[in-house]
Amino acid sequence: MSTSSVSKGCFVFKPSAKKRKPSPTVEDYFTHGSENMENSRLRFRTCQSLWEKMKTDTELLQEELNRKVLDSLLEFIRKSSSSFQRGTDDWRSRMRAHEIPTAALVLGVNVPDHDMTFQSLSEQLQLSVSPFVVSLQAKECAALKNLIQKVLERLMGAGVWVNDEDQCEPEQGSTSVNLKRVHCSLKTLHDWYKTVTEKTYTSTPGEKRTSIGINVQQHPPIVVIFKDLEVFSPKVLQDFIIICSRYIEQLPLIFVFGIATAPSVIQHTLPHSVSSLLGIELFQSLSCTQHLATVIDQVILTSEFPFKLSGKVLQVLVSIFLYHDFSVRNFIKGLQLALLEHFHSQPLSVLCCRKQEALGHISKLSHQDVERIQQLPSFMRYVEQQGPQDQVELLTNDDHVKEVCVKLLIDLHKYHKNYYPILRCLHVLTSSLPKYPLGKQARKLHISCLEKNVWDNEEYASAMTLLRMMAKEELVSLLQKCSVILKPGKTKKMRAVLLRLDDLITRFTKADSVAETAAEEDITSPGKGLQKKTNLFQLQKSLLEMKESRRTKKMSQFEILRDEVLEFFDSLVRCHLAPPESQPLYEVCYYSSSAVLRRHLNATPRTSIQTALSNPYHYLKNESLRTEDGTFSSAAPDICIVYKLHLECGRLINLYDWLEAYATVVSAAEGKDPESADYGKVDELKHARFIQAVSELEFLGFIKSTKQKTDHVSRLTWGGC
Amino acid sequence: MAGQLLQPGYEENKLQRVSKLLPCRDVQSSMLLALMGEPEQYSYPSIFIYGHRATGKSHVIHTLLKELDIPYATVTCVECVSLGLLFEQVLFSLFGPDSATLLSRSPSLSDFVRVYKQLCVQNPAKQTKYIVLDRAELLRDMDANLLPAFLRLQELVEDNVTVILLSEIVWDKFRPNTGCFEPLLLHFPDYSKDELQQILSEDSHPSYSTELYSAFINILLGVFYSVCRDLRELRHLAALNFAKFVEPLESGKVNESETHKLWRNIEPHLKKAMQTVYLREVSSVQWEQQMEKEAGAVRGLSAHGHVELPYYSKFLLIAAYLASYNPARTDRRFFLKHHGKIKKTNFLKKHEKTSNHLLGPKPFALDRLLAIFYSVVDSRVAPSASVFSQISSLVTLQLLSQVGHNDQLDAPKYKCAVSLDFILAISRTVSFDIVKYLYDFL
Repeated sequence: MSTSSVSKGCFVFKPSAKKRKPSPTVEDYFTHGSENMENSRLRFRTCQSLWEKMKTDTELLQEELNRKVLDSLLEFIRKSSSSFQRGTDDWRSRMRAHEIPTAALVLGVNVPDHDMTFQSLSEQLQLSVSPFVVSLQAKECAALKNLIQKVLERLMGAGVWVNDEDQCEPEQGSTSVNLKRVHCSLKTLHDWYKTVTEKTYTSTPGEKRTSIGINVQQHPPIVVIFKDLEVFSPKVLQDFIIICSRYIEQLPLIFVFGIATAPSVIQHTLPHSVSSLLGIELFQSLSCTQHLATVIDQVILTSEFPFKLSGKVLQVLVSIFLYHDFSVRNFIKGLQLALLEHFHSQPLSVLCCRKQEALGHISKLSHQDVERIQQLPSFMRYVEQQGPQDQVELLTNDDHVKEVCVKLLIDLHKYHKNYYPILRCLHVLTSSLPKYPLGKQARKLHISCLEKNVWDNEEYASAMTLLRMMAKEELVSLLQKCSVILKPGKTKKMRAVLLRLDDLITRFTKADSVAETAAEEDITSPGKGLQKKTNLFQLQKSLLEMKESRRTKKMSQFEILRDEVLEFFDSLVRCHLAPPESQPLYEVCYYSSSAVLRRHLNATPRTSIQTALSNPYHYLKNESLRTEDGTFSSAAPDICIVYKLHLECGRLINLYDWLEAYATVVSAAEGKDPESADYGKVDELKHARFIQAVSELEFLGFIKSTKQKTDHVSRLTWGGC
Repeated sequence: MAGQLLQPGYEENKLQRVSKLLPCRDVQSSMLLALMGEPEQYSYPSIFIYGHRATGKSHVIHTLLKELDIPYATVTCVECVSLGLLFEQVLFSLFGPDSATLLSRSPSLSDFVRVYKQLCVQNPAKQTKYIVLDRAELLRDMDANLLPAFLRLQELVEDNVTVILLSEIVWDKFRPNTGCFEPLLLHFPDYSKDELQQILSEDSHPSYSTELYSAFINILLGVFYSVCRDLRELRHLAALNFAKFVEPLESGKVNESETHKLWRNIEPHLKKAMQTVYLREVSSVQWEQQMEKEAGAVRGLSAHGHVELPYYSKFLLIAAYLASYNPARTDRRFFLKHHGKIKKTNFLKKHEKTSNHLLGPKPFALDRLLAIFYSVVDSRVAPSASVFSQISSLVTLQLLSQVGHNDQLDAPKYKCAVSLDFILAISRTVSFDIVKYLYDFL
């Protein structure tokens, strides 16, 4: 490199843009290392389009779920701001203390999901109520000064007053200068608000405002959203509320408190003198478990997406949700990971797409892919069931395999189309039973169906027995629900099932009228028997007889029908709810490596460190480190040796003893003669290596220096070897 | 009703108007007027006025200064996040909008004094100027020299100026260690019940007689006087409930003279208001709607106490509660399978005999929390990263609180911040009998 400078010095040479390698795209990462480029590109594209579809679907769904609470919140804000405009002519409003309208929005403990809710809230507010919406997070408002600064910055940045240059520069200095000029106080905000509203609504409607819409009122409220109320320091919050309440008569301020736990947190953080300045109304969002149930219902329990999760994988995702975070967003991320892993690791996943496309892809399969198909366990089982002639064909003739695959794929799609409606019907029938033998949620039933034949379960049998005891009205209403579920079904079988079901329902209602007359007879006949005046003994006898007769009495028409219905459902379940393993080629659609998913989503750093230290071969894959169970190679890295030795100690470790033991082990690794004089002797090198290893161990948090005894360190973990 | 305010130098009719605006505060206002003297006379350098919330401190001062056309600046200290803001507001109101620009970017006290003097020379005035500092207790948290300087500002700027400090707390809590100029102290006592009655009755509803309104205020005070003497709050409550009070009159069931019937009608409502709207359990708007519709009551804020937590978070919280309220030495007894019989009395130290629940939660180390957690939770739990992150999210939810900030990496310490009722509800959902594990209930 050369410069035109004559003096000596340091010069910076920026690399020219052309030389830089184009950074690899996502697709490159995906296809990296695969032998069949074409195939993996195709897979990548399928995966992408599938994910896009899933993503938009779930987003729509979540929006739908939040709609109710957001709508009522918007209504509240609109109402509060209009009451501000009505002015103070009324006696009552003149007398009343001016409270700041406050919405306490209880969102549940799944904090990662809140962002989306707040995002859509502020978007909707800006669209329909007011352009002045500020979102605040506790971490950026450590002091009152920062809080007010943030509010002013965001509000006035959105307006026309502060010019754009100041806004763009993120440097601390520039913003403080900027705010110095506009003074960091609510008085400034008040002045600004007055100018903005006057400017916009009297003289020229600004370009920005017109786009917002005409429905914005003359005095749009200023909405301040506190995203995480629990984390705000109470002092800051109190002061801010006090200041705001001084301006409430001139500034239409409205607060939204995002609350993760319970609304009583407001009373914990704010004293009465402050909370009396607020008019708090409560808004409760849908609980996250319901939220998850809907997402699973719409994304997983549907034949719309060809990609499926095996029972174990679904179990992992659901248990992470229930046990750890309650976060629907993380659940969807997990789903995305599973999707990506499936398309990445399974070359045959190229067939995991819509039916028409999949059929097209089959014809393009290479010889290698066909071999892969032949090796699929489910395909092998299928081959074994065929006649010997067919078997030979299936194992040798590629074209024949492809033809069979087309058939099998169509069957698989049909299986899915029948599976989900029947699953839902079974869920409807069993979810109202006492104690929920097959689970309260549809996902539980789904998982047990995926794992094995559901009709072999004890719970299934008990559910059936309970169903056999069901009263008529309940049963009929359940059947009607089932028929609603089955209505949109398009396959031939589903339509046949629907017809049969409707027929059964009508027979039930008909049986009604027939049964009534029959029942009347029933009631009168025993009555007659009892009317005769008898002594106690005879009464007992006649009652016993009646009981006998009832037991042997042939079943009523309703009972016969009920049994028929349940037989029918049982046959449906046996026919359609077989686990996917029974379907040939199911591997194409089902992702089943739950261990991979668990490792990625529920990382266990401590366990990994301990594995690395006690069994270095696991990660290093160096043959010399390979050992039998329980023994330990002395050629292991220093830190492993030190770790192993420290496991044998108690709570306090004598450093010198430790060093001696270490030196002995290392000498053995060097292959020195145990008889020689300097065997196990500590030289400088070993000493240094030991110290390094010990400090590494300290860094990892296994030991800590202690003041209890000199020359000792204390162990921070419990348990030995 | 009010004694005449007399002070030479001010117009008679103005003084009369002032005295009408300040009911039940004659003593204080005449005292203030006496202190202020005639407009040109120098007044005492600083006056400290204290009294509870809504005892008319700011109202009296502002009415006096405003009605008598005295130049003054009023600053609420809570708004002044920086010193500059305070100085600017003072200069702005005393010397007009241009004055504030003379201050440097982050002005010190001496800058302020310098600019003040400079401006004084430019616009000389004989009248006493007043600087009113509301919520003066916050001055203590600002620079140490600020409060003493304001107390003797008259000397510093060599101008006819008086600083009036308003606060809810007594002067003894203000006095700096280094000593300072002692201001004149003036106490505003609470309004008595009669005075409250008199003041509240003044804003009667235009469409009803003053007697009726006064009767209503009487009933209102009967219910609320024992819990609330805040004038502002009482006025607010009166406004909220008056509509309900006159409801039987509107419908013609009762006439104005039947106060007893009216009382019987309104009293249960006021009692209910005390439990709900006064505590801000429901908002005033909701309360009014409820009154109009007579519909099902809106559930208050504290009715929603239920918190849903992930399964392991529940157990972590239970473990934290146990660690906070059980002495560490008893862990052996609760969580070891073969602990042998340890009698409660045998291994008690004397100070542990008092209930731990009365003493409040004690801090515990992370290790202890995890050890209890693993023995409490019924299945094997991998020590995954998400278990640890749940602890920190419990801290952000303020269900746990972190104690001490020095040793965060090595051995963080926590306290459990939930009540017994809360933890009982939580442990019921995971069917864990926490009472069996609590040392206090042994």
